[in-house]
Amino acid sequence: MTPTTQSEGNFATQLLSRVAGFGFNLFEPLFRFAQKKLGVPNLGWLFVGPNLLVFGLFTFLPILINFVYALTGGIQLMPQNRPFTGTENFQILLECKNYFDIASCRKDIFWRSIVNTIKFSGIQVVLMILFSLITALVLNRKIIGRGFWRGVYFYPVLLSPVVVALIWKWLLQSQGVLNAGLLAAGSTPINWLTDAGWAFFWTIFVSIWAHMGFYTLILLAGLQAIPKDMYEAANMDAASPWRTLTRITLPLLMPNLIVVLVLAMIRAVQIFDEVFVLTGGGPGSATTFIVQFIYQTGFAEQIHLYGLAAAASLILATGLVCLTLIQLKLTKADEAGRTVK
Amino acid sequence: MFSIHQGSTLLARAVALSFAAALPTAALAGEIRVMCYQDGVECDVTTEQAKRFEAANPGTKVIVDVVPYKTIVEQLPVQLAAGQGPDIARVTDLGGLAKYYLDISGQVKDRGYWDANFGATQPWLRPSVTDKGIYGFMSQLTMTGPYVNKTLFEQAKVALPGPKATWEDWVDATRKVASATQLPAAMAWDRSGHRFAGPAISYGAKLFDAKGDLVIDSGYKTAISKFVGWHKDGTMLKEVWGGSGGSTYADSVGEFTNGRVAMVLSGSWQLNRLQKDVGTKFDWVAVPNPCGPAACSGIPGGAAWVALKTSKSPKEVGAFMDFIASEASYSEFTARTNNIPAHQGLAKKGLQYPAASAPVRAALGVFGSGVASLATEAFMFQGYKFNRAIMLPTVTRVTQAIVGESSVDDAVAKLNTDMLDALKQAQK
Amino acid sequence: MKPDALLSNPTSAPQRALVFVTRTRQGGNTGKLDWTDWASYAYLVVGLFMMFAPILWLLMSSLKTESAINQFPPTFFPYSQKMVTVAGHEKPLAMFLTRVDGVEKPLAQVSRLGIVATMVDPAKPTEEIKVNIRERKPINEMEFAFENFTDVFKKFDFFRYLFNSVFITVVATLLTLLVNSMAAFALSKYQFKGQKAVFGLILATLMIPPTIILVPVFLVINSVGLLNNLWGVILPAIATPTGVFLLRQYMLTIPDEILEAARMDNASEWRIYWKIILPLSAPALAVLAIFSVMWRWNDFLLPLIVLSKSEYFTLQLALNSFQGELNTQWHYLLAMTVITIIPITLVFGFLQKYITTGIASAGVK
Repeated sequence: MTPTTQSEGNFATQLLSRVAGFGFNLFEPLFRFAQKKLGVPNLGWLFVGPNLLVFGLFTFLPILINFVYALTGGIQLMPQNRPFTGTENFQILLECKNYFDIASCRKDIFWRSIVNTIKFSGIQVVLMILFSLITALVLNRKIIGRGFWRGVYFYPVLLSPVVVALIWKWLLQSQGVLNAGLLAAGSTPINWLTDAGWAFFWTIFVSIWAHMGFYTLILLAGLQAIPKDMYEAANMDAASPWRTLTRITLPLLMPNLIVVLVLAMIRAVQIFDEVFVLTGGGPGSATTFIVQFIYQTGFAEQIHLYGLAAAASLILATGLVCLTLIQLKLTKADEAGRTVK
Repeated sequence: MFSIHQGSTLLARAVALSFAAALPTAALAGEIRVMCYQDGVECDVTTEQAKRFEAANPGTKVIVDVVPYKTIVEQLPVQLAAGQGPDIARVTDLGGLAKYYLDISGQVKDRGYWDANFGATQPWLRPSVTDKGIYGFMSQLTMTGPYVNKTLFEQAKVALPGPKATWEDWVDATRKVASATQLPAAMAWDRSGHRFAGPAISYGAKLFDAKGDLVIDSGYKTAISKFVGWHKDGTMLKEVWGGSGGSTYADSVGEFTNGRVAMVLSGSWQLNRLQKDVGTKFDWVAVPNPCGPAACSGIPGGAAWVALKTSKSPKEVGAFMDFIASEASYSEFTARTNNIPAHQGLAKKGLQYPAASAPVRAALGVFGSGVASLATEAFMFQGYKFNRAIMLPTVTRVTQAIVGESSVDDAVAKLNTDMLDALKQAQK
Repeated sequence: MKPDALLSNPTSAPQRALVFVTRTRQGGNTGKLDWTDWASYAYLVVGLFMMFAPILWLLMSSLKTESAINQFPPTFFPYSQKMVTVAGHEKPLAMFLTRVDGVEKPLAQVSRLGIVATMVDPAKPTEEIKVNIRERKPINEMEFAFENFTDVFKKFDFFRYLFNSVFITVVATLLTLLVNSMAAFALSKYQFKGQKAVFGLILATLMIPPTIILVPVFLVINSVGLLNNLWGVILPAIATPTGVFLLRQYMLTIPDEILEAARMDNASEWRIYWKIILPLSAPALAVLAIFSVMWRWNDFLLPLIVLSKSEYFTLQLALNSFQGELNTQWHYLLAMTVITIIPITLVFGFLQKYITTGIASAGVK
């Protein structure tokens, strides 16, 4: 493991140790100097420094620029050239004649995309956890070729969202494989992507297909960390498998389940590329999600309404802050769970 | 033996090399960058021409960057707004980007040649009506228009409607064909606001009011309600428009080549694809744009080569533009890409398309003569810098009416608000 | 849960316990497969089909000719119509299986007018037969369009793009590992003022979809002069909240006593980080490395806005240049897609075991 301790390794490890030594010597003086000046706990700032610098420049600064965009109008790109319009962008987004009827809103697609995103996240996350859990449970059994099966479920995770969506679009289009199969089986083809219900179903299906492997592995890791003696004990008590599952497996798996829940939730709310390529947000706006709305308003259409897009992204961010708070709470619960274990 | 020491110096050298490779190379004097996207072989032809130009003009280097169309639509505008960009680009948002175009009228050799041959389309590239500059030229002219599956008509024993037939005539005829030959639908139109504008003008849409501002009038509304109605009654194949969301483009030619509809509204740029994909499967023809009460119009279009203000070598840009706009280069480009020339001299002379099959040649004739029957609105609309303010929301809103998310009236009202919002922002 | 149960059974065989998760009977470990095993294998086989059939389809489609790709009904294997050369005809003719007077016969088509085709029997090229086109169907034969792949190499500077992609992926991954592990070290092993806030802030960035800050990110990259520069794609990507989170959670499990012992020996903090923490975090670093490779290799949106000169193009951008305004050259696009997923598949194939066990050990225990 430690490159420096294996001085008699083969060529590759020796090279690695040289590289490691080089890296060490590169920064060592700087840190020794800082350690003398700052003291040990504050050295932490130097360690997080590069990270914060990158985040600051490429994440926080852009968010601040988004505020400027949201409060200004016009189609100019450079913030200094944009006229100040106050809350106009927010007013346009939030204007509805009747707040109980989405169709009466000025930007009804914005509202529809929010409703769709909530609906999508709710259903997708539950199904994602369910299928990852089942798969993890199956993979945790004594089966032949476990490594192979693990690989099978993980493989789609490696593909880019665009590739995933392209493949499925092909299978699902009206002249795709699925319909050819239906025709061959003697039934009538179905408009998989032009029927609102089916299109929504497939966005969920494809996103689960593409990402399930990742969550399965997290859960599998948790399952393998459960002490085997627990099951021995359950066996002695002649507990039913269901009871074993609900009383031993699930509670002990809770920290991993929470991580899966949090990560799956964040990704579901942010869903964009796959669906955009697969359905284009259609039919109509049935699978238009919030990030797509922002992308199309601010970037894809040729009259770039940066202000409107930025305002929508800030509204999204407000929603996400709430999710973050919940997430922090859950992470704490997760850490608490770990100490129990 | 290969020692560790050698290994690490090699490694260091490799690292240094890689870093050097990642650094931007400084633009050489006399180097020009051409940003190009292609639907077929357009950029390949231009690259070859650039090589010839370099050979004839030692000291000038022309680099053609073949980029995704997404780069042209999404990256180029922000790049230009930030003061960066190539020297020449092939663009489609002709009016929208006009403020970044470089006037090369001082650089070109013979202004008379440009005016005589590209005069009709020059106004599309000019930032204002009074402007007289030369900013580039149309690399090709496109025309929207319908394709008809003649074989299906023959199988159904339905006669093709004549040249002055209305959209209703075509709807009736294709419906008969569809029911006789068991097609899923009679007709399909490309999912595009640009395509839609043709029939809209035919139904009396003026698109501009007396002051020259964009307007959604009753003609446009009639076209929308007809079109939505044809979706409801099964004339139109639902999945082209109904199958997508937002303003995403979707073409209908795939449905046509697979014989699922008898007629599509698309345009001249699909000829190569038809030639390749239909092959011997059936006979197809391009027909003149059907009529409405007001006109029998399609919409012209196409991409343009434009010189950009970001250029640091306007002299070379002018020379290269002169070269690719010359009659020899232009006719080569047009012939090899099977396009309609925007070059008036060549259009008058008539062009040979050696790579084209007989139906493609016939179709090019139909599209070419369609230029004459274009409504004036069609020409104005294509060059109007904010035409996307109407085209993009049309797709979104009409689709909502088609899939039943809103009524036609609501869709038209929303379309109007969207358009006014966009225009208001654009004019700030 | 029941620590006493744990203690009372210290010698249990871990292997035997694996089957207990969903077992149904007492003493299920008899070597015979019960129904739950069958169900498990059935689930796995269905999964195999669901996961790989689409990818196999992609592979086969990339070998189809341009017109075969758009054909309906689609075929699994790349078929195209059989062509024969017939004496007296310059170009090869398309073969059809026709029914003439109730007899099925393979004929070559000479020409077609409307719904009547003129055909000849390749054996008797002079004798023309008129056939109604409803009475015939094309004869197809398998044809692998390898030219989709070879053309891609001819059409553009493939190795330049490959180099750019590899350069971005490798450099960004190395920097990601360095920068994120440093941050994770500080956040897990130090207690300094504002530490909680920093961690919260980093986690919060997990929430920001990169798409919604694309325009401002472009402005920042432009103003620091990294437009059309590979570093403009590398630098914004090297700090990832996921990486910090993953590594921090892992480093929390490394006992502080090891650090204390090293400090006793007068080791500098950098030495502790570099020579103790990093080697001990190897499994978690491996996982992050794999994810980083995957993210950078597949990245499209950031390269799209940063890189517009073709000498800096990545494979993903080159792949997308087959998408025009009105047409997509599917045959090239699919071939390129296959080429781009080969390296990542190979990496995965070799490191499969390490990846899965790496996630298992690092994977947020």
